[in-house]
Amino acid sequence: MAEAHPVGFQWVVEAKKRGARIIHVDPRFTRTSALAHQHVPIRVGSDIAFLGGIINYVLENELDFRDYVVNYTNAATIVSEDFQDTDDLDGLFSGFDPETRTYDPTSWQYASEDDGGEQHRSQASTSGDHVEHRDTAAGMQHESHGHTASAHPPRDETLQHPRCVFQVLKRHYARYTPEVVEQVCGVSPEDFLAVCRAWTENSGRERTTALVYSVGWTQHSVGVQYIRAGAILQLLLGNMGRPGGGIMALRGHASIQGSTDIPTLFNILPGYLPMPNAASHQTLTDWIDSVRNPGAKGFWANAGAYGVNLLKAYWGDAATPDNDFCFDYMPRITGDHGTYRTVLDMIDGKVKGYFLLGQNPAVGSAHGRAQRLGMANLDWLVVRDLFAIESATFWKDAPEIETGEIVTEECATEVFLFPAASHVEKEGTFTQTQRMLQWREKAVEPPGDATSELWFFYHLGRMVRERLADSSDERDRPVLDLAWDYPLHGDPEQVAAGWGEPSAEAVLKEINGFEVATGRPLSSFTEMKDDGSTLGGCWIYTGVYADGVNQAARRKSRHEQSPVAPEWGWAWPLNRRILYNRASADPEGRPWSERKAYVWWDPEKGEAGEWVGDDVPDFEKTKPPSYRAPEGSDGVAAIEGIDPFIMQGDGKGALYVPQGLVDGPMPTHYEPVESPFRNLLHGQQANPTRKEYRRADNPLNPVPEDGRPDVFPFVFTTSRLTEHHTAGGMSRYLEHLAELQPEMFVEVSPQLAAERGLEHMGWCHVITARSAIEGRVMVTERLRPLRVEGRTVHQVWMPYHWGQGGLVSGDSANDLFGISLDPNVLIQESKVGTCDVQPGRRPTGRALRDYVEGYATRSGAVDEVSTPIVTASSDAVRRSQEAQDEGKDQHAPHQVEDQ
Amino acid sequence: MTEVRHGGSPGRARDGAPGRKRGGKGGAEQVMVPEADFTSYYGRPIVKPAPWEKDIAYYLFTGGVAAGSSLLGAGADLTGRPGLRRVARFGSLGSLGLSIGFLVHDLGKPSRFLNMLRVAKLTSPMSVGTWILSIHGPFAALASGAEIVSLLPASWQRVGPLRLVAVLGRPAGLVGALTAPPVAAYTAVLLADTATPAWHSAHEELPFVFCGSAAAASGGLGLLGSPVAEAGPARAFAVGGAVIELAAERRMEQSMGLSAETLHRGTAGRWMRAATALTVAGAAGALVGRRSRVLSMVSGAALMAGSLCTRMGVYEAGLASARDPKYTVVPQRERADRWVPGDDRQ
Amino acid sequence: MIGRNSLYGPLDPAPDAGYAAPPPRKGFFTDTSVCIGCKACEVACKEWNDVPENLFEMLGTSYDNSHSLNANQWRHVAFIERPGTAPVPDRPAVDLGMPTVGAAPSDVPDEAKPDFQWLMSSDVCKHCTHAACLDVCPTGSLFRSEFGTVVVQDDICNGCGYCVAACPYGVIDRRQGPEGDPKVGIAQKCTLCYDRLTDNQRPACAQACPTESILYGDVEELRERANERVAALHEQGVMDARLYGNDPEDGVGGTGAFFLLLDEPEVYGLPPDPVVTTKDLPMMFKRAGMAGTAMLVGAALSFLRRPR
Ligand SMILES: Nc1nc2c(c(=O)[nH]1)N[C@H]1C(S)=C(S)[C@@H](COP(=O)(O)OP(=O)(O)OC[C@H]3O[C@@H](n4cnc5c(=O)[nH]c(N)nc54)[C@H](O)[C@@H]3O)O[C@H]1N2
Ligand SMILES: Nc1nc2c(c(=O)[nH]1)N[C@H]1C(S)=C(S)[C@@H](COP(=O)(O)OP(=O)(O)OC[C@H]3O[C@@H](n4cnc5c(=O)[nH]c(N)nc54)[C@H](O)[C@@H]3O)O[C@H]1N2
Ligand code: SF4
Ligand code: SF4
Ligand code: SF4
Ligand code: SF4
Ligand code: SF4
Ligand SMILES: [Mo]
Repeated sequence: MAEAHPVGFQWVVEAKKRGARIIHVDPRFTRTSALAHQHVPIRVGSDIAFLGGIINYVLENELDFRDYVVNYTNAATIVSEDFQDTDDLDGLFSGFDPETRTYDPTSWQYASEDDGGEQHRSQASTSGDHVEHRDTAAGMQHESHGHTASAHPPRDETLQHPRCVFQVLKRHYARYTPEVVEQVCGVSPEDFLAVCRAWTENSGRERTTALVYSVGWTQHSVGVQYIRAGAILQLLLGNMGRPGGGIMALRGHASIQGSTDIPTLFNILPGYLPMPNAASHQTLTDWIDSVRNPGAKGFWANAGAYGVNLLKAYWGDAATPDNDFCFDYMPRITGDHGTYRTVLDMIDGKVKGYFLLGQNPAVGSAHGRAQRLGMANLDWLVVRDLFAIESATFWKDAPEIETGEIVTEECATEVFLFPAASHVEKEGTFTQTQRMLQWREKAVEPPGDATSELWFFYHLGRMVRERLADSSDERDRPVLDLAWDYPLHGDPEQVAAGWGEPSAEAVLKEINGFEVATGRPLSSFTEMKDDGSTLGGCWIYTGVYADGVNQAARRKSRHEQSPVAPEWGWAWPLNRRILYNRASADPEGRPWSERKAYVWWDPEKGEAGEWVGDDVPDFEKTKPPSYRAPEGSDGVAAIEGIDPFIMQGDGKGALYVPQGLVDGPMPTHYEPVESPFRNLLHGQQANPTRKEYRRADNPLNPVPEDGRPDVFPFVFTTSRLTEHHTAGGMSRYLEHLAELQPEMFVEVSPQLAAERGLEHMGWCHVITARSAIEGRVMVTERLRPLRVEGRTVHQVWMPYHWGQGGLVSGDSANDLFGISLDPNVLIQESKVGTCDVQPGRRPTGRALRDYVEGYATRSGAVDEVSTPIVTASSDAVRRSQEAQDEGKDQHAPHQVEDQ
Repeated sequence: MTEVRHGGSPGRARDGAPGRKRGGKGGAEQVMVPEADFTSYYGRPIVKPAPWEKDIAYYLFTGGVAAGSSLLGAGADLTGRPGLRRVARFGSLGSLGLSIGFLVHDLGKPSRFLNMLRVAKLTSPMSVGTWILSIHGPFAALASGAEIVSLLPASWQRVGPLRLVAVLGRPAGLVGALTAPPVAAYTAVLLADTATPAWHSAHEELPFVFCGSAAAASGGLGLLGSPVAEAGPARAFAVGGAVIELAAERRMEQSMGLSAETLHRGTAGRWMRAATALTVAGAAGALVGRRSRVLSMVSGAALMAGSLCTRMGVYEAGLASARDPKYTVVPQRERADRWVPGDDRQ
Repeated sequence: MIGRNSLYGPLDPAPDAGYAAPPPRKGFFTDTSVCIGCKACEVACKEWNDVPENLFEMLGTSYDNSHSLNANQWRHVAFIERPGTAPVPDRPAVDLGMPTVGAAPSDVPDEAKPDFQWLMSSDVCKHCTHAACLDVCPTGSLFRSEFGTVVVQDDICNGCGYCVAACPYGVIDRRQGPEGDPKVGIAQKCTLCYDRLTDNQRPACAQACPTESILYGDVEELRERANERVAALHEQGVMDARLYGNDPEDGVGGTGAFFLLLDEPEVYGLPPDPVVTTKDLPMMFKRAGMAGTAMLVGAALSFLRRPR
């Protein structure tokens, strides 16, 4: 955190000054460790074993916050008797189809109300095409929508029922003992228990613990399950929805949160509405219902209004109830259109043109060589950036020029490089980690021809529309009917000429939403109508422009307001600073403790009592704690007075996730795709449902087998240096930053240096089946070899900031990675791989490819592109599939796209 | 840009670990005292070496010659030794000229020298020195001018301004002589008034070394240039200076503590050894060869060279002591460890 | 002008320099125990003061690639990798010569290794109460500001370099590059952001420091805070915490920028017990006077002994 979020880290320092104890769990000793009381080195990619160990510690010792767990989580809910766990199935859950490598989650569901009866329709409906779920990262869509469940699944509040979630969880994690943690993670039992104690002792009625994670936890083939494991712990310890608690994803780029809220992702639309799918969303109703899940509890019941308001924002007057608000104009997705699929399609010549805005995949994305070869095979490429980054200059300086794989004279890609205005050169908002929007003014004029993204797209759209103005072609209607009118401002001459800067505030107002007839800005998404009388571009942002005031621009000092500081910027939804904060009060609505009072029920307030507190209550204001849903209710009415997790299908925090995840209802330890170790816990080696693209240009280092040389014996991980920013576009090109870390380097322990003859500050190169890259050797005790499964494992660390361009240049760590992805959200596993390290510089030119291929061949990566992914025993696979077949007859067989 | 040394670990030089090698440049040399026990930051210097080129070392020498020569010139003038007077006055003028040249060269341009005359600062030996030089210089130059005039045809000597110069020669020479010792002595303060360990720790003795050296060099010049008959005072001055220089230098080493080491090592060591040899030989030669013009000349040259070597040696020792953090850390660490609250720090 | 109080010992520098009613003395308290080595201070300083590049060279000295304080580096963050010094119970306190950047593996078993420490510290001009640089400057280019700080005036400096040799901390230096920079040859160092102070702004480095490792303020007040912080750390068992430069009785009369360190100063590249060189100046002039007199007398004697 100190390395990549130094400004946020000030609060850790502040907490430390006030007596907080800081423990840092990280493979290497970083600037964060430097200020921590304790550093716990861990083997990369083994965190689920580690967290599972803590979950086990909590459950074994009954250290959970029982009142919270019983009332606010699904601990008491009874799981279907069809469910079988990894323990019984050698690392698989029930419902596995070995052919598609996906699960049918039917057997994972809650038991039905009347045992043996039908599953509630809302539950069955998500058991669709699971391959497609993986391809479209549907896990992401569903995670944010919550799982669906019948309003009243059976419960055992004593938590004794053998199939209640609590007991299922307890059995699942019973194997994660301190000894297993030591064996798998390389963490000593003392270190491990210290973490357990610190976490549990600091949780409960009087105290809360916050879990803060970032990409060290996400860029794994089991990334989503890492976070899930954290969530389970935080729920068990009662740390969710309470002040000082929660799970915070420390986001990356400024406003990367904003770019999921109003997404730049292929599979979701603003406000986490799913991108319509060609197969299943024929009509507006199909689409809305897939979000709304008729019959489920919670606020997604109003999805109709959110969807219609978005369509109205896109097509304005053209969108009417009669034409389904132009739903037919919406593009549809048909499967995997993720960045890695697209890059492979470029290599295969299936993609003609590409827009790159604020991204430098030639350096920043896994498998750099594939990225560059892909871009070199386009017809045209538009790059908008602050500098001439590698993704714009690959045709003349990519490493593949040296190897002869790209020939400048023959590379047909026409590159259009547009200078972009940086964040200080344009107005707009940032949405940060805490979901808070902060408005910023333009501080300086952009230099030269640099322009804002808003300017670029507005005028691009305007010009396209001008070109098409006379078209009568039906397919041009969606473009021509767009509501594309924003007031221009800025330089009066430019404005007069029609080239002014579109007003970002006008855009914010549209995002906020307003009444179509009067133009009155909406102050809450509850005002959104599904009849076309209101429009709004992103329902969760409604309120940011309440009363016609730019609420994101508020800058009242924290010393002049309550500790929640509600008048600094604006947080979605409805300026709420802690989500699910109803959980900060006990079932009766009283604060769990005075110290941790945040939002509570005040029976004296209003007519019959109200939720009050420093923050905006995340609960219907006047719904008392005693409210119980009437029989047959759904949607918001089905949320009971003790259901704080109002976006979840059952209003409860999910210790166990019956649907929405592609790879299982509970996190279980799998080895990384590339690992020098066998999975100690199960026959199933790595995530069986992971997304892989098995092709000759994407070889993966095999897991060593007896009788084959272990040519990639070391584990490597990549991450950030404070001194640089991501792919380097914003640091390697600036002298004051570039000089701080002027060269690519590789950190190794003294032991590894001795073993491989590496000399401090000399050269070394790192080899995988994809490439070999070189860097200077940094021998440091900040890296320590660990004992894992009885052997010593050396971990190597590299920053990934270098490329060929800039004031300081070097080989790019991403050239080492292949492409394998988490099945839920399609994030690449770029935090862990296996490699070899050798002294000296790497070969150059064609010899480099030969060298790498030599390694690949020796390791077996080449002939064994078909290394089995499903490694659980065949008996386990069969039994798992049987559980699937029982509930799955209604589904057609799938096309298997990644054999 | 500053000098970069690729360090390894923060030099924990305890136990004679590799730290020492990084610390200084004495690797190949004979180790004379047990290695000091000290810690540093990657062996990087703590204080910065004076950014002065060798010009400054030459200036130390020429300044000394100029000062001593002024004294000899005035003495010769008063005691009627025209030969010695001539050498001394020309020596004074020549070395003054060289001195100014070296200073200006080090500063880059002449205006920068004048820049120093905008203030007079007692706490700045350089300011004080500039003023001393600015006062001494014109008088010494005037005296030398008189010498030049005396060489001109008699008819010219009667021309107004030249006549005036000739007349003012003696008084100017006397003023020059009185202001000469500060010229020789201040350079010692100039070096000592720095954080450079070898220079500062020598601050009590360095003026004697430098004045002795100045006497030896200017006396040597007298021996070199004047007839044997007139060279007596120069000889005495030179030998006396040499003795003082050698004695003060030995005393200085005692008081310098650890950084005295730098006078024996590396470049500085070579200069210092040469200085001692030349000065001893020159002094002995001067005494022995009192009747031989040749021997006197050789001795004089040796004394001058010895003086130059001393200046070079002290200059190099200072730089070496600044480059190796040992000379900053060890004495200070010892002092800090000795210090008890309440004491005045020394 | 030369007396105990103006050459050493405690005093308030601005009034001493002749300011009639100066504002309270300003300075830094750099608490290295909370420094995360982010180098924001280095960068902010360069941005605000237009300080050019220093080095484009990887030095291999942990994450320190800025080398030292110099004309192109007015803040310098030091990185020290080493074994923790906290005494580990039942374990002999041995110096294992590790862990260090570039070190050979030690054969000490892991269990016996003491904790590892990564110390970071942002160094800067100390703005000494008795500033040698200022004392020795022959042109008056270095001056004492009304805030008690020490500032170079680029247009007056003649590049004599005397201040460079005089600074006991090796802070100030003449700019040597990059070519074409108007200030090449001119002495440069931290001005304590004189131009910001006069506008009532915090210095750029302090403003940028995320963890408040760099605290800016009135020196008197900072000294108190520093004492409190050391006490608090001692209470938490961090017995290595110590202050550096806060003592007005020290060799430079206390510094305007002082530090909380977790090890001996020399570990961070700081002199353990610096003394302003001009403290000895009266003695130097006295000795020079004696030597000069001796020379004069010697010269006279040379002529007197054998009159002709
Ligand atoms: N200075 C700077 N700041 C940045 C950025 C930058 O490039 N430079 N980038 C921004 C962006 S885009 C992002 S996404 C964030 C990322 O912020 P972080 O996630 O903090 O960044 P990383 O350095 O990639 O990874 C963090 C740590 O994860 C560790 N790690 C790797 N694998 C594992 C594992 O399996 N388990 C555990 N426990 N730890 C592991 C690494 O050793 C590393 O120390 O930072 C943002 N801030
Ligand atoms: N091996 C490995 N790979 C990784 C990671 C890792 O930890 N390890 N981390 C991953 C993560 S979390 C991330 S976020 C990615 C980052 O990877 P990228 O997003 O590809 O890399 P950046 O360098 O951040 O690219 C951002 C570009 O935007 C430009 N830019 C800045 N402001 C603007 C603007 O206002 N407009 C426009 N048009 N351009 C602008 C910058 O100059 C810069 O070139 O890398 C990923 N790759
Ligand atoms: S770069 Fe910006 S977002 Fe990142 S830590 Fe610094 S101030 Fe915060
Ligand atoms: S630290 Fe050095 S440069 Fe700074 S004021 Fe003191 S003597 Fe001058
Ligand atoms: S270099 Fe400049 S600032 Fe330093 S002493 Fe000389 S004139 Fe003064
Ligand atoms: S006070 Fe100003 S000049 Fe001094 S280091 Fe900080 S930013 Fe640089
Ligand atoms: S900005 Fe602060 S925390 Fe960062 S390196 Fe400088 S002093 Fe340390
Ligand atoms: Mo990121």
